[in-house]
Formats: sequence, C-alpha cells, structure tokens
Amino acid sequence: MIGQTLDIPIEHLLRELTPQVLGAVARRFHDFAAAEDAVQEALLAAVIQWPREGMPDNPRGWLIQVAARRMTDYLRSEEARRRRESTVATEAGEQAPAADGDHETEQDDTLTLLFMCCHPALTQSSAIALTLRAVGGLTTAEIAHAFLVPEATMAQRISRAKQSIKASGVPFQLPTSQERAQRLRAVLHVLYLIFNEGYVSSAGPHVQRLELAREAIRLARSVHALLPDDGEVAGLLALMLLTDARRPARTGPEGELIPLTKQDRTLWNQADISEGIALLTAALAKGSVGAYQLQAAIAAVHDEATRAEDTDWPQILALYELLQRVSDNPMVALNHAIAAAMVHGPSKGLELLRALDSDTRISGHYRLDAVRAHLLEMAGDYTAAITHYRIAAGGTTSVPERNYLITHAARLGESATSPDGPDGPDGPYKRHR
Amino acid sequence: MKYILMMTGTKAKFNSFAKWSKEDLRANVAFMRAFSKELKDSGVFVSTVGLAFPDQAKIVRAGGDGEPITDGVFPESKEFLAGYWIIDVESPEQAYRIAARASTAPGPGGIRGSIPIEVRPVIDQLPEELLR
Repeated sequence: MIGQTLDIPIEHLLRELTPQVLGAVARRFHDFAAAEDAVQEALLAAVIQWPREGMPDNPRGWLIQVAARRMTDYLRSEEARRRRESTVATEAGEQAPAADGDHETEQDDTLTLLFMCCHPALTQSSAIALTLRAVGGLTTAEIAHAFLVPEATMAQRISRAKQSIKASGVPFQLPTSQERAQRLRAVLHVLYLIFNEGYVSSAGPHVQRLELAREAIRLARSVHALLPDDGEVAGLLALMLLTDARRPARTGPEGELIPLTKQDRTLWNQADISEGIALLTAALAKGSVGAYQLQAAIAAVHDEATRAEDTDWPQILALYELLQRVSDNPMVALNHAIAAAMVHGPSKGLELLRALDSDTRISGHYRLDAVRAHLLEMAGDYTAAITHYRIAAGGTTSVPERNYLITHAARLGESATSPDGPDGPDGPYKRHR
Repeated sequence: MKYILMMTGTKAKFNSFAKWSKEDLRANVAFMRAFSKELKDSGVFVSTVGLAFPDQAKIVRAGGDGEPITDGVFPESKEFLAGYWIIDVESPEQAYRIAARASTAPGPGGIRGSIPIEVRPVIDQLPEELLR
C-alpha cells in the first residue's frame, strides 16, 4: 500500500492530479486505454522518486511528461512489433513536452473521464474498478485489496473494461446534451455504490475498506465542484456525509453492529453533519428535488435528533412518501413501512408489509422478514417476531448482520416471559397493542 | 458478490475416476485448466483448490483430554468435496452459468459431464441500510 511508504500529502496530491494528468495524456494520444496504463506507471515513478529526490516544482507537468514518455515508448514498441515504419510514434515523441514546459490546457477532464469510466457498456463492477483507478488514482493492488480479490483478477477486470470502452468507440469528450442527464445518473450511481461498498463493509475484519467511503466522498466532492448547480450531485455528496458522520458510532468494539436507536450520538461527526445539511439546504432551495436529496434529507432528520426518541418520524414518513413517488424501489417501501409504524403504530406498518408480499422483487427477501420481525416486536408479538428474526438471519449474507439478528431473537426469547419484555419498561419503542 | 462453487462426489465416483484412461484424464485436466483460465481472463477469479482423494480424509474430534480422535471409515454414499472455486460476479445468475460450465467437465470417453455443483454465496459484505 502506498500509504505505508509515503507521506500522506504526496499520496493525496497524486490522487488529486490523476484525472488531470490522464485527461491531458488521453487527449494528446487519442488512446484512453494505453494512456491510463502510462499514467499508472508515472504515478508509480513519482511514488519512488519524489520522496528520494524531492517534489518537482510542477508535479502535474512532471507526471504528464513521464506518462507521455511511457506512451511514446509504448507506441514505438507497438510499431516495432508490427514491423512497420513508426510515423505515429515519432510524431508523438516530437510532441512530448520539455522538462517543466507544460503547455497542456489547464482544463479539468475529471467529468469526461467519469462519464467514460461509468459508461453503460460496462458492468457495474468494471465501472467501479476503472473509476477508482483512472479517476481516483488508486493502484490496482489497492482496489483489489478493497474488494478482497486477487490483484491479477482486478487487473484483468480493469483491462477488460478498457477494451469494452475501446470497442464501443466512445470518443474522449463529454456526452451530448441529450445523453448527459442519463449518463450523469450512471456516474452518480457508481459513486454511490463505491460509497456503500466502503460504508457497509467497514465492520469487523474489513476495516481497510473505510478507504472506499472516503474515496467516494472525495470523488463526489470533485463532481460537485465542477457541477455546483446540480441538485442531485449536491444531494449525493450530502447523503454520503450525513451517513458517514455516524460511522464512529455504528460498530462496537467487537465489530458488532449497533442499530441507529442504540448508537452513542455524541460520537457522530458534527462537522460532516453541518456540511451535509448546508449542502442539502442549498440544493433543496434550487427546486427539482431528486432521490439523492430526499435520502439525504431523511439522513439529516435522523442526524438532527439528539436522542433516538427525539426523531421527527412524521417528517421522515413524509419524506419517504415523496421518495416513493420518484423511486419505485421495494427497499424504499420497506423503510416507508417502518416510518409509518413509528408514526401510526406497528399495525399500520405490518399492513404496508402485507402489500409487499406480492412484490416479486422483495417477497422472500430476508430484509422483509427482518422488518416484519421488528414491527411484530413493536406490536408485542414476541413469538412471531422471533420466528421472523430467525428466518431473516438465515437469509442474510453478512456475518455481523446474521449475528445481530440471531442474538436479537435470542434476547427476545429469553425475556419474552419477563413482565417488562426485552427492553424493560422504558424500551426504545412505544408498544401499541 | 462472491460465490463458492463446490464439486462433490461419492467415494465410488472418486474410485472410478482413478480408473480412467490416460486420454480421458488428459481431457479432464485440459478442461479444468481452460476453465480456470476463463475465470481469470474474465476477471471473476478469486481462488480455487483441488483436494486429495477421500482415502486420505479423516474426521477429527477432540477427545475428553483435547487429544485428536480420528475416524476414517465412511459409508459409500457419503459425498466428499473434490475441490472448489470462489468467484466474484455481478449476479447469482452469472454464478449459475459459470457453475453449469464447470458441470460439463468431460468424463470417461470424453463424454460431456453433468456433475452437480453446489453454489452458495460467500458471506462478505453488509447490505446498505442500517438495521433498525
């Protein structure tokens, strides 16, 4: 890992410069795939040389120059391989800049690169890997480590992604205005997936994956800086910050999950919360409210409650109702049922869940059982709650979540016979019998 | 999403495997090699192992003193793991397609196989929403 051998500022600087350097080299040589490899080699050279020989005066120009030289070498050897006259390589070589003479345009190609890396021709996992390498500046080894696969597999995935881009003939330019909204949605979705991958897996043995959540926030920040007027970009960044703010309280010492209602809220990161709320407030004021802004708004309502019992559930319920209108997603419907139960009592929530039983996208999904168990527990029907907690535990593929569900069922079983129920007389949920 | 693909067989199956002709074995090994390469080339490979024959299998338990007690006589019908692959794919359907490909590993006479492959998710990541 770079972080162990380098000062953090150099590592950060390299990551910041990656899209700018790649944009310049890809533009000049009209070969994104090869330019991407050349830039990785230049980053590696910087990691070795900078700490030893000192940082160059113009790090960006240095990286472009080294990458361009690699590119020229590559094109020469390609030409030699084809046993032809190397006209292209010679031309390219002549164009390579002199030391520090960086006359590349200062335009920021981050967006163009993101659109390319998140092209719909790619599978999700390929788009994620390529985005982290080409735009995020992470090494293949770092990405492989974060996703717990061998480095060779990740290298192959990235190389195939680049082949797909080459084959699809996507030009290195911003999408047309007709395509743009849809392509931006794809970019935001990839950033959202990177964030989730880092956030949700940060428990237990996977602490090293925290990096992914930070990386997603950094990328979302750079998109927001380039498109400050886009409400959904701001909404996504706010959602990440407002969610990530709770990370310190989210797991216990053994890596076990702590549900929102039981978290020590003094551990929440107030700076992230303030920044998220400010971003969201500004975005909402501009109109055109989308799904990321609504999810951020829900996260904000949770974050603003000093104690779990202070949560403004009627507002969350109203936000879920809006969210359901813009996003036809059964997971949203599940959370809507929880909010309805918190406002109108568990029987209302259970009634909403019955409607989901016939939705093939979620019927039989363990999370439907987990929510049903929770609402049955709220309703005081512990026997049925235990049954559904156990069904849910059998269906999840996450160890911390499985352990949580099993222990919750066990605790409910042990104390179901005690007069006060599992949480004592002042349990976290009001029971509506 | 990561999945494990487990190839199993009874002792009788393993014993018959030991009696295959050289050509049949060669064809089977070539298939396995090609299959592993396909997994690697397509960027889904995580790991794989092949196991020794069940003759060498022992069931080990701790005795009262914590010392190992081994047991190695198994009924003919018992299924033994022959080996596994772990893959990282986009969907369960993709895992099933890859498992079906493994299932066709050729048998005696080069006849296309239909070996049962058990496919199970590998526990790895947590879903996005917090528990309530």
